[in-house]
Amino acid sequence: MDEMRHVTLTVNGEPVSRPVPVRLSLVDFLRGDLGLTGTHVGCEHGVCGACTVRLDGRIVRGCLMLAVQADGAAVETIEGVSDSGEINGLQDEFRNRNALQCGFCTPGILLTANELIRQGRVLTREDVREHLSGNVCRCTGYQAIVDAVMAAASRGSTP
Amino acid sequence: MSEARDSGAAIGRSVPRPRADRLLAGQGRFTDDISLPRMVHAAFLRSPHPHARIRSIDVAAAAQAPGVVRVVTGAEIAAQCKPYAGLHQLFSGMRVPDQVPMAVDVARWQGEPVAVVVAVSRAQAEDAVELIAVDWEPLASVVDPRAGAAPDAPVIHAALGTNVAYDGTVAHGDIDATLTAAAIIVEGDFTFGRHTGVCLETRSILADYRASDETLTVYESHQCPAQQQDIFARLLGLADNKVRVVCPDVGGAFGIKQQLYGDELAVCILSRLLRRPVKFVADRLESFTSDIHAREHRVKARLAVSADGRLLGLDVDDWFGIGAYSQYPRSSIGEGSHVLRITGAAYDLAAYRARMRMVLQNKNMVGHYRSVGHPIAIAVAETLIDDAARKLGIDPVEIRRRNYIAEAGYPHASHGGFVFEQLSLHACLDKIVALMDLPRLRREQDESRRKGVYLGIGLASFVELTGTGPDYYGKGEVRVSAQDGCMVKLEPSGKIRCFSSVTDQGQGVDTAIGQIVADMVGVPFDDVAVFSGDTEVSPYGGGAWASRGASMGGEAAVRAGRALRENILAVAGCVLQARPDELAIEQGAVVNAGDRRIRMTLAEVARIGYFRQDLLPAGMQPELSVVRHYVPHGRTFVATNGIQGSLVEVDPDTGFIRLLRHFVVHDGGTMINPMLVEEQIRGGVVQGLGAALYEEINYGTDGELTTGTMADYLVPMAFEMPDIDIGHVSVPLSGSELGAKGVGEAGTAGASAAVINAVNDALAPFDAHLTQLPMSPERVLRALRKIA
Ligand code: FES
Ligand code: FES
Repeated sequence: MDEMRHVTLTVNGEPVSRPVPVRLSLVDFLRGDLGLTGTHVGCEHGVCGACTVRLDGRIVRGCLMLAVQADGAAVETIEGVSDSGEINGLQDEFRNRNALQCGFCTPGILLTANELIRQGRVLTREDVREHLSGNVCRCTGYQAIVDAVMAAASRGSTP
Repeated sequence: MSEARDSGAAIGRSVPRPRADRLLAGQGRFTDDISLPRMVHAAFLRSPHPHARIRSIDVAAAAQAPGVVRVVTGAEIAAQCKPYAGLHQLFSGMRVPDQVPMAVDVARWQGEPVAVVVAVSRAQAEDAVELIAVDWEPLASVVDPRAGAAPDAPVIHAALGTNVAYDGTVAHGDIDATLTAAAIIVEGDFTFGRHTGVCLETRSILADYRASDETLTVYESHQCPAQQQDIFARLLGLADNKVRVVCPDVGGAFGIKQQLYGDELAVCILSRLLRRPVKFVADRLESFTSDIHAREHRVKARLAVSADGRLLGLDVDDWFGIGAYSQYPRSSIGEGSHVLRITGAAYDLAAYRARMRMVLQNKNMVGHYRSVGHPIAIAVAETLIDDAARKLGIDPVEIRRRNYIAEAGYPHASHGGFVFEQLSLHACLDKIVALMDLPRLRREQDESRRKGVYLGIGLASFVELTGTGPDYYGKGEVRVSAQDGCMVKLEPSGKIRCFSSVTDQGQGVDTAIGQIVADMVGVPFDDVAVFSGDTEVSPYGGGAWASRGASMGGEAAVRAGRALRENILAVAGCVLQARPDELAIEQGAVVNAGDRRIRMTLAEVARIGYFRQDLLPAGMQPELSVVRHYVPHGRTFVATNGIQGSLVEVDPDTGFIRLLRHFVVHDGGTMINPMLVEEQIRGGVVQGLGAALYEEINYGTDGELTTGTMADYLVPMAFEMPDIDIGHVSVPLSGSELGAKGVGEAGTAGASAAVINAVNDALAPFDAHLTQLPMSPERVLRALRKIA
């Protein structure tokens, strides 16, 4: 039987406290145990960025962390940052420029791009491309994503 | 057209996709997001050997492992279904083996499923897979296609007696005489590495068999739900009206999710055996070993050219490796067939000969990946043409212009046996010269060469076959529907609900269908909601393939929307005591055809049609739901065309290639949604750029896969990709209502060819030349003779 450990954390601001198998990844915990299926799994070894979530304010790869490592942390997922309105501006730009096709990479890319925008720097296209260089998008070819992030950054990201 | 387009004109506008909203909110619903009561998980034991006999399988320990529900071998699975074979009757002489879902007695490729564990959790199923003991007897394997055709090669399928599944030649004119008489001959020996689609969402299926009424419901990450319904019913002996296939949001497909996979069929069988829902989601390693591969070709080609740069004839010899089986149902021949028939298709060649040998190997199956076969055919012809231009001192633009099919020459009977109704090759060429500002780029190239910076400029023209008609799979006795359907319904609110048989994996075809329906009925785009991907409610049709969603599915939407409009006007005419032709529909309201004055809203028509039939004359039957279909009769394919341009910088010291800019001019006919057209092209280009520089599935000389992770098989990332400028030439497709032609694969078709030409242009001062994809730094350095 799997070894279990009790974890207590907040997820999108809500307290969660329960036993989890020690080998369970954070992304499988969020998806399977908590039903937060907006976070995706594309590679399971840290290459594609589809599993990106925010942990204590910085983005992490949910496939490279265990759920038990999130004990005591504040985790935010695409569902949380979307419902709070934090990324409304970015979402609008993505929609209007079709910066997503299948949408599987999109939650991870939104969280990654939002982190860049929150730095408040003046961005070049190269900055955006570099910051997103850990996120695979197999559909768009990236240009529309870069356009959308540039536009959202220049309008100050939040609505 | 004009009669139905007097309204909102959604067609032609770059409206954003309604589906984007839920995807952006993290509310997409992909197959793995769905869970059902009593659901269990499958994990497969796959062959570690490219070719090996299975002496025995011991599942006892696995069956005892925690959480395990059942362990099943390939032989037990095979007993539960009919065999199938990827045959295509248009190709006479084709020989392919029968298939069953999993290996029985012999495993013929590394990754072939051999046994499967079903357990309460995926982790437990994977743990138990480790406990299955197989006694293997490794066999000699066939890796290289040419070696596989040798008389002493091991035969992979004894029943066929050979590994050569097809050997065919297409000939036109006298190529031998042409080669003898030509002023110059340029030749190339091209090697194309294997690719796969790397859909970010891996293959996923959830099968739910209900024994009480013998009903199978399958949620599957797939492009073609109706095809899967037909296949599951036939192979499992179920009534097809009790088989429902739902393709929810699909995380990328690109042709990879267009076929039957043995492991997915096995999951349906397991659900029937266990009488409960079974889920399987491939992990990334399984994706690399078992997702359809593409493009393993070795092509030798010779191009005969006159002293003044006339292309006289082309001789092509293609060896095509397809892996251990022929994919089902389409067969694996499509890629090789395209190399046979469309190499050099943009040019008027008096003589042509192509031979293609399709060979079985101990590797994963090759099938259809975006732009099937085109990138190979285009790279071969376009590289040779640039070589000829270089040899003769003719500009690459000029040699193309001189040799395209003459503008007055349409319809053109191609040397590969197709009819091209109307292409716009010259117009596309003119446009890309302007878009790239080629004269300026050439000057920059000269200046930077003097500074030791090597820029290269490459062009690649292409003809692309899209919108497959019934003459291809239909005549080939392959059960792939060339028909698509559209159902539209007036809701009581006056809004429209639409079900389309074409499916959407991110292309945006749902949006295009909605735009068409909006204009045909006469309602605002926002009043149309489009659904697809569920055989329970969708009209019958092929799904998503061959860039035909908007062009063919769109024609069905035209007909359905127009029919609903007529039916609405019939009801309105009764109420308003007017003849239907005195009325029109505009912005969701019935108006006078003459002065456009509003007479009644569609909500009012629906209220009467649904709730107040007493106000209608006796005998008036309101028909406020309609279904229409469309088949592109008399066509094998719709030929479209375009040209791509690439600007690169090659570092001769490191062999590193930087993509600086990419350009595309494409003729997709009438554009229903220009933004989505351009984004399809960009996405396709980037897959072609990956092919040019990074992507390669590698098998060692023994047939063992060496590229099993996304760290080994490199896909393009944001930082490496250039911006892509796009221009359009729009020659509407004749004989269709919309005039739209295929778009989704055009980017992939010509991108890698443009890059090879750019790289060879950059390396010309060094007399170095590449004919192998991908062009890794190592291969560049080898071409430069800097390494052995
Ligand atoms: S799933 Fe975590 S990086 Fe790919
Ligand atoms: S939109 Fe499909 S992977 Fe990015």
